[in-house]
Amino acid sequence: MGWEQAKDVKIVTKNFGVADSHRLSVYQQRGGGAAFRKALSMPAVAIVDEVKKSNLRGRGGAGFPTGLKWSFIPKEAKTVYLVVNADESEPGTCKDRELLAFDPHLLIEGMMIASYALGCQHAYIYIRGEMIREAEIVEMAIEEAYAAGLLGKDQAGASGTFKLNITLHRGAGAYICGEETGLLNSLEGKRGWPRLKPPFPAVKGLFQAPTVVNNVETLMNLPDILTKGGEWFANLGMGKSGGTRIVCVSGHVAKPGVYELPMGIPFKNLIYDVCGGIPNGRQLKGLIPGGSSMPPLDASELDVPIEFDALGTDPRIKDVEIKPGVPFDMGGGKRLKTMAGSGGIVVFDDSTDVVALCARIMKFYAHESCGQCTPCREGSGWLARVCARVARGEGEVGDIDLMANIANGIAGNTICALGEATAWPMLGFLTKFRADFEAKLAKARAA
Amino acid sequence: MPLEFSAQSRARVEKALAQYPNKQAALLPVLHIAQDEFGHLPDEALELVARTLELAPAHVFGVITFYTMFHREKHGRNELMVCTNVSCMLRGAYDMLHYLEKKLGIKAGESTPDGAFALVEEECLAACANAPMMICGNQYYLDLTEKKLDTIIDDLRKRWQEGKASMPGGGGSPTRTLFGVGPVPGSKA
Repeated sequence: MGWEQAKDVKIVTKNFGVADSHRLSVYQQRGGGAAFRKALSMPAVAIVDEVKKSNLRGRGGAGFPTGLKWSFIPKEAKTVYLVVNADESEPGTCKDRELLAFDPHLLIEGMMIASYALGCQHAYIYIRGEMIREAEIVEMAIEEAYAAGLLGKDQAGASGTFKLNITLHRGAGAYICGEETGLLNSLEGKRGWPRLKPPFPAVKGLFQAPTVVNNVETLMNLPDILTKGGEWFANLGMGKSGGTRIVCVSGHVAKPGVYELPMGIPFKNLIYDVCGGIPNGRQLKGLIPGGSSMPPLDASELDVPIEFDALGTDPRIKDVEIKPGVPFDMGGGKRLKTMAGSGGIVVFDDSTDVVALCARIMKFYAHESCGQCTPCREGSGWLARVCARVARGEGEVGDIDLMANIANGIAGNTICALGEATAWPMLGFLTKFRADFEAKLAKARAA
Repeated sequence: MPLEFSAQSRARVEKALAQYPNKQAALLPVLHIAQDEFGHLPDEALELVARTLELAPAHVFGVITFYTMFHREKHGRNELMVCTNVSCMLRGAYDMLHYLEKKLGIKAGESTPDGAFALVEEECLAACANAPMMICGNQYYLDLTEKKLDTIIDDLRKRWQEGKASMPGGGGSPTRTLFGVGPVPGSKA
């Protein structure tokens, strides 16, 4: 289905704008709960198959196929944990916070379906510490679900008796806890240091037991996949990405917002049709396509559809380079374009100091590096310092090559992806907006 | 005299412990409970938490200092967390931060001498479509303007004078700053 046909389909935001949408009674009046009842009538393995068929992919950023992730849980596992990643912290991303506030019962139903399919008896929601109000709303929803007997009580299912407990666990301020193994360590009462993989969480996760970590939005798609079918969901999407996609559009657009849109809508349509274009008579200079970890796009790359595979492979997007003509190597000669990431789209107009913007991103990663791996701990600080001095007009000859070399030395050499999250935007900004960096250096030389 | 939890906090601790297969996993919830009660986490509170969960104080120290929301020092009761990350920066977040610095007479990373406010430059707080924004307590303040900030500060100060702060605790010493790389243009400081 082309994106135009799926324009009005709402899956995870269907209850937005409804009065008291966070209450169980309202959720049930609007048909909530039917999907879980259907799930109970099915064998667990049939649910995993349906999710595989749906082409649902992880909405946290990586876009990993959800059904496949589930199928890595060993069949003989006695204790399995489901952990919801609600630690939304990627700059430019503000969808999960709204989903939690408006429709916590859709998340709980998604968790019940996933837990039944996985054989999980205790699921945890790891919510970002700063989201105090959202934590209160989710806690109230969990209490309502217990009071209604949906949680904490035996229920007969086709794959045996099912009983689920849910615990809400608040973080305490650390971006790295959005990385799934950092999150698991944090949940175990440790510093949020990412773990070496393998073993992957599906084999050894929370409390050493097989664990699935899924994003909030990912799980909230499950009820509709169950009631309307995996095939329906897959057909809504594009290529190997099923369903709709939430994008969070911020920065220089007339109508910033959180929008549920068809998978594969091109950036141009999103910015000019949905978001009302660029205000104040300005022109678009570029955008960050999926949270600040992702290499930016320039104004010539806006016809590309917003879809996981397209953003990594579409020939209309230039390769990220370490210097002009030398592509960055992701390993095995694989080139980097960009990624759909978390759906956080940050638009900037032609009045923007792009170097200062990049310096602010580097400052963020330097602050958030957990400190375990030397290339990231030291390199992110170097990048933040050098980029800030270039932005201030105090840059030195060779700073562009210096930043590219540092970034290239971080990527691929760290335990977790925070290394890439630092290096990719640095190299991306240097590739797409090199002239801006050179102009800053020329000005510094003239001064 | 070692610190003890109040009966109310003790009940919250018991409830938290019941959620996990071991005591260590309750560390973050119990630290939140301790900070709610004592305002910040000095050595006495750290030792209380370590004792309660049968953990080494060094481990608890390592965890407290890893997370930005736990405070070892006294901290202004209304913590204004102003996001200056990309989406907010593009829509004037640094102007908002500097306006608050001027209005409160402190720098980001400091608390007012009366202990009413702490001002913090914060990383992305997941409200990018409503930039610029800040958090205080459980409240999100969105689409900020200088005029809105005037009203918000007046209101918070009034509530504080009435003994209703958005956060427990009290005091007036420096809090924390973002990674020091020198100013980013637009931040003026």
